[in-house]
Amino acid sequence: MRVLVLVKASKESEHGAMPTKELVAEMGKFNDELVKAGMLLAADGLHPSSKGKRVRFDDGKKTVIDGPFTETKELVAGFWIWQVKSMDEAVEWLKRAPFGGGEEVEIRPIFEEADFMEQLG
Amino acid sequence: MSVAVTAATDIHRTIDAVWRIESAKLIGALTRIVRDVGIAEDLAQDALVAALQQWPEEGVPDKPGAWLMSTAKHRAIDLLRRHALFERKQEELGREVELRLEQPDPVDALDDPVGDDLLRLIFIACHPILSTEARVALTLRLLGGLTTDEIARAFLVPEPTVAQRIVRAKRTLAEAQVPFEVPRDLEARLESVLEVIYLIFNEGYSALRPELCDDALRLGRIMAELVPDESEVHGLIALMEIQASRFNTRTGPSGELVPLLEQDRRRWDYLLVGRGLAALARAGDAHGPYVLQASIAACHARARTAAETDWERIASLYETLVEITRSPVVELNRAVAVGMARGPAAGLEIVDELMSEPALQSYHFLPAARGDLLSKLGRLDEAREEFERAAGLTRNARERELLLQRAGNSGSEERRKRSGI
Repeated sequence: MRVLVLVKASKESEHGAMPTKELVAEMGKFNDELVKAGMLLAADGLHPSSKGKRVRFDDGKKTVIDGPFTETKELVAGFWIWQVKSMDEAVEWLKRAPFGGGEEVEIRPIFEEADFMEQLG
Repeated sequence: MSVAVTAATDIHRTIDAVWRIESAKLIGALTRIVRDVGIAEDLAQDALVAALQQWPEEGVPDKPGAWLMSTAKHRAIDLLRRHALFERKQEELGREVELRLEQPDPVDALDDPVGDDLLRLIFIACHPILSTEARVALTLRLLGGLTTDEIARAFLVPEPTVAQRIVRAKRTLAEAQVPFEVPRDLEARLESVLEVIYLIFNEGYSALRPELCDDALRLGRIMAELVPDESEVHGLIALMEIQASRFNTRTGPSGELVPLLEQDRRRWDYLLVGRGLAALARAGDAHGPYVLQASIAACHARARTAAETDWERIASLYETLVEITRSPVVELNRAVAVGMARGPAAGLEIVDELMSEPALQSYHFLPAARGDLLSKLGRLDEAREEFERAAGLTRNARERELLLQRAGNSGSEERRKRSGI
């Protein structure tokens, strides 16, 4: 199965503060481990929401909203796509990530065609 | 009570997950210490049992992988000590063991900074003295972290058969005293490793078991990081990623096979296509058999519609592949590509030369390809005969169905002429 791992935004990431050298090095080491385990499919970090835009769809009306967006905890600052055997394995990998400052990181299984088939009967 | 039960199953699932992540590294490190892959696996299992006993009571340690590793290493060293003691009693020297124990902290000294243990373990699991089946089973077990039962289910063989294969393989390795090392003839031995990985992939691909394809892909990617300068590893990964991108489109709603050119390309998995093309780029200018096959797969992957396929390039890649492999099957594929690039008559010319090839006498794809070219040339009676012959040769029921359907569609020239089609 594949999972999307969502790293939530923080005040720092929203202010565009660059992570410390130590954190960058540790994150690099962690990513290396993921690559060596053959399970990292994709990964990227995102610019703060001040550089983002939203498009809102109402009845036939489309409104473009410029960032920044306020609800920091709901914003995404980066993501990984992993290939794992189970959610438990994803959790075990995530526990090894070098976070520790109150970050909240979310793991969501990605829909596969087989899931759609099941739902469509 | 129910809370306690939930907590216990949670911990067991955590331990399962930790095992999947750590087992290959554990077994690799232990094999380096005890020099026997069977004993190493037993020691790793012992550490797992210790975790199953202690973690539910004491909680999961902060670094579960390090916990397993140090538990297992201490057991390995105990074993060596007992062995050394025994040897001394026998008035033998056991110098090698003593030397290793003289180091200040044997556990720290036994660390493996460059990941060579994993590479050595792969080469042992895929050692040429083992049968292909044994290599596949041992690789999935030691490197893929699969249980014997999971391997049995993936290959539709009884579990005791797989267990036997693994036991026998370990015994063969021990008896032959196969050294735990990165072989000097790396390229020749790499071939065997890549073959095993591709075999696992193909089993998953043809038997529609995506999990097995995922296992093969993961093993391939691990290998690519261990020997990043070997172009064929990247070629194999590229080939597997691109093939896997078509996993969902290669069968229809009732399980029938859908040929590549008729697949719905919008449903290909473009994350995997992108990864495949990137792996191919990493392979560089080398032209080994996996790189060539991946380049051919990439031609299809890059074409947004079947009509946009660069058949000239595919034909020339097959030509190079024929030069390397001297395989009549590859030559037949070249004929098909030439038929697409330069017209059915040009393709048929090559196919006709292959008709007397002994290796292809019972290969259904030969009459199937010939039938296809003949039908494009309007020689429908001959085409029908070839499709029928092909249907009689294939052992795959879905393929037979497809071929008989094509035979029916080819109809009779006479009838068509009379009805004015």
